[in-house]
Amino acid sequence: MRRDQHIHYLLHLADDSLILGHRNSEWTGHGPILEQDIALSNISLDLIGQARNLYQYAARLVNRERGMKEKVLPGVKVSGEVSEDTLAYFRDSRDYKNCLLVEQPNGDWGKTVLRQFLFSAFQFLLYDRLKQRDDQQVAAIAEKSIKEVAYHLRWSSEWVIRLGDGTAESHRRMRHALEDLWLFTGELFVAAPYEQELLAEGYGADLSSCRLPWEDTILETLARAGLFPPEDGTSNGSAHTGSAIMTRSRAGGKEGQHTEHLGYLLAEMQFLQRAYPGCEW
Amino acid sequence: MNPENELSSNNPSPRAGSWPLWEVFIRSRQGLDHKHAGSLHAADARMAIENARDVYTRRMEGVSIWVVESRHLHASDPDEAGALYDPANDKIYRHPTFYVLPDELKNM
Repeated sequence: MRRDQHIHYLLHLADDSLILGHRNSEWTGHGPILEQDIALSNISLDLIGQARNLYQYAARLVNRERGMKEKVLPGVKVSGEVSEDTLAYFRDSRDYKNCLLVEQPNGDWGKTVLRQFLFSAFQFLLYDRLKQRDDQQVAAIAEKSIKEVAYHLRWSSEWVIRLGDGTAESHRRMRHALEDLWLFTGELFVAAPYEQELLAEGYGADLSSCRLPWEDTILETLARAGLFPPEDGTSNGSAHTGSAIMTRSRAGGKEGQHTEHLGYLLAEMQFLQRAYPGCEW
Repeated sequence: MNPENELSSNNPSPRAGSWPLWEVFIRSRQGLDHKHAGSLHAADARMAIENARDVYTRRMEGVSIWVVESRHLHASDPDEAGALYDPANDKIYRHPTFYVLPDELKNM
């Protein structure tokens, strides 16, 4: 296994969790009701905790080999050893490898819970596979995290049903949220080059095997919510077969090509460390 | 969702007042009984349990949660405290202090 591809993969997993955790944390203090403000903030902390574990592991691998930092983090201009903070705060948008779904703006509460639902349903299947894989560190992180993910999925499913099957307005908002977010779900199942390479050597997870169980979970919950995935007449035949749902999808995030939203998120998240490197509080 | 709980269009930012109050009881890891932990707002019982998990068990306080809607609790009247409780004051023979407890008896 090429170590640089391995590190790219770890960063991808960590970035998914960090960016979604940060997005959710934007609700802290602004939640619709105190109890749900706390619930979503707890989910943020779970996700950021997952990211920390993965970044710490990636940082150890970067530091272990001479020249690796320059190879996998060419844009990072920080001297000395790489840490979890280096990885979170000193990479630019193009170095981030999260999927596009998690960086989408919060919108209203409905869109936020739907984004969580679509991602958690996927993350559960992914971590379920990773906890059985050869990389002991990743397997241990997945094993620990999957209980958190199971709760995120339960919590967000409840909300999707509650709002989809709620009032005329909540239903309308959920329908719009689904239309907004749906085209970012295809990317979850398309392997980036580093994932293909790892999979060939028995690491990582086979994303194509996640697709159908994901659709089962999604469709069952959406049906209970009275919602349906958007009709799609413009499929470009993207990379999945046997799928019950045709998706026109947008991809590229896993290789650093992001929507315009990520830059603003990073500017806010990274400002303090960039202005005052190494500062603590 | 019940109509009275709805996040309706003329109430775009629902306040806590639009959801009923629930009382939360938590059993701790070593505890034998559920103890009152506090109260919270939730639209239904399932949400109340999830909210209780997020609000009251974040620091490993519990292994079991009960919730009950506050309106189902009936409380004694403080004004009647004298009639209800004072008569017990001078009846020490009601305490089991005159018995020797067997060693096998735990949790007494």
